[in-house]
Amino acid sequence: MRFILNGAPAEVDAHPMKRLLDVLREDCGLTGTKEGCGEGECGACTVLIDGEPVVSCLVPFAQAREAEVVTIEGLGGEHPYQRAFAEFSGAQCGICTPGMILAAVALGPAPTLEEVRTGLAGNLCRCTGYEAIYRAIHSATA
Amino acid sequence: MLRLHEYRYHRPARLADALALLREHEDALAIAGGTDLMPNMKHRLFTPRHLVALKGIAELRGIGLADGAGNPVADDSPHARELVIGAGATLTEVSRNPLVRRVFPSLAAAAGKVAAPQIRNSGTMGGNLCLDTRCTYYNQSYFWREALGFCLKKDGEVCHVTKVGRKCVAAHSADTPPVLMTLGASIDLASANGTRTLPVADFFIADGKANTVRRRDELVHRIRIPLPAPGLRTAYRKVRQRNSVDYPLLSIAAAARLTPGSGVESLSLVVSALGAKPRMVSGLDKLAGAPLHEVVDAAAALAFKQCHPLENLIVDPDWRHAMVPVYVRRALEEMAVGA
Ligand SMILES: Cc1cc2nc3c(=O)[nH]c(=O)nc-3n(C[C@H](O)[C@H](O)[C@H](O)COP(=O)(O)OP(=O)(O)OC[C@H]3O[C@@H](n4cnc5c(N)ncnc54)[C@H](O)[C@@H]3O)c2cc1C
Ligand code: SF4
Ligand code: FES
Ligand code: FES
Repeated sequence: MRFILNGAPAEVDAHPMKRLLDVLREDCGLTGTKEGCGEGECGACTVLIDGEPVVSCLVPFAQAREAEVVTIEGLGGEHPYQRAFAEFSGAQCGICTPGMILAAVALGPAPTLEEVRTGLAGNLCRCTGYEAIYRAIHSATA
Repeated sequence: MLRLHEYRYHRPARLADALALLREHEDALAIAGGTDLMPNMKHRLFTPRHLVALKGIAELRGIGLADGAGNPVADDSPHARELVIGAGATLTEVSRNPLVRRVFPSLAAAAGKVAAPQIRNSGTMGGNLCLDTRCTYYNQSYFWREALGFCLKKDGEVCHVTKVGRKCVAAHSADTPPVLMTLGASIDLASANGTRTLPVADFFIADGKANTVRRRDELVHRIRIPLPAPGLRTAYRKVRQRNSVDYPLLSIAAAARLTPGSGVESLSLVVSALGAKPRMVSGLDKLAGAPLHEVVDAAAALAFKQCHPLENLIVDPDWRHAMVPVYVRRALEEMAVGA
């Protein structure tokens, strides 16, 4: 099945009902996308499909056909949020971080604090208490 | 990690093809956003051999105005009579749509309070209408359910909530249907045999096992909401443990038409997330004529009296019952502001 993965055409032979999360991790070797709950509740597995954040643990691979999928690897380690999360302790254990960053990226270049709060309302973090995450995003957009 | 069972995935491009597939395969289920179905399949609550994906079907998309016969018209057309929402419209689309926000703010609010942003980007209105009912003893893994003993909604003989009853009382947990009921909305249900239109209020039945009248081979095609005369006010209130992600523990949808001088011409109130069917509060017609802020307490008392929550969710039913009048008041007071 063909789709666009992090900007490049990709062709992957996997069962259409395999979860996109598993296809990315197991078939594409992109382990930046994390599994937390596997039930759509935590947002750790967030990726962008056609620019919108979705939870890849609830997306059958077949639903990603012809779509543009962006994972944390697609930011190339270069995105200002990636440095800022490290600098401001927005990442501690790091499990929520790829999903947090992608959900934040989807909010556009300079989201307000309110937009960040509601935009990240589907991403749980058990380490930072969220404030460090908001600070990291703010510092990178200020 | 819970794995999915084996099944075939169909990706029809037209509604007619999807309906033919449902007709052809006895054990086929539709999948739209998959945000309800995927977790349920992992828990072995559903194990369809065929899945019919609705995502590629253009006829299910879109939000726009239509004339009285359901034909699309332009936004400024004098012939516009109803707002039509395709079953495939996502909750994000509904919550952000300017027309929905302007004309039916309670619907935009309810759609925007479902789950979390990622899930609203995938989840659809059709899936929300057909959301399976929820219960502490049901939304669990196969292992969990087997260990306790299955219940009558799935694989078993007894209801762990009522202990005695032969009826499932799992909770209707979708956010948008109660609002659609207060707005007098209908749905077009399509099958290979044709389409029937029925009020959303008649779509639901008080049976937690399968709480809609939809036949297995039918699909929700679209939702039709009559455009209101001036003076409609609406509100939606949702009680949940966290202000994001969670399903409702209780929800209140309200709509009232107020005449100038702020008398209530009509008032409708739906309480949900308690039983298998959203409950339309009855007896509100007697409150017509008075200003809205004067009928708040009477409406709250009626709602309290008509609701009987059970222990189907993890939160204390007496507390949920006590919250009914509190949230009815909040919804109505919100609508009364500036009236
Ligand atoms: C963590 C989490 C939290 C959630 N919180 C909420 C919440 O707060 N409120 C809420 O309302 N929901 C909630 N949901 C459930 C779900 O996300 C929404 O109800 C969503 O609208 C379901 O739509 P879907 O397209 O993903 O449905 P699917 O999962 O694709 O389908 C659900 C059911 O509807 C059937 N179906 C889908 N489309 C049609 C159609 N057009 N015609 C006939 N049958 C159809 C499917 O066969 C299936 O049985 C939550 C889900 C998760 C994972
Ligand atoms: S209400 Fe009873 S029958 Fe229904 S899901 Fe819960 S335990 Fe099972
Ligand atoms: S792993 Fe997908 S939401 Fe938790
Ligand atoms: S950094 Fe550990 S969960 Fe967020």
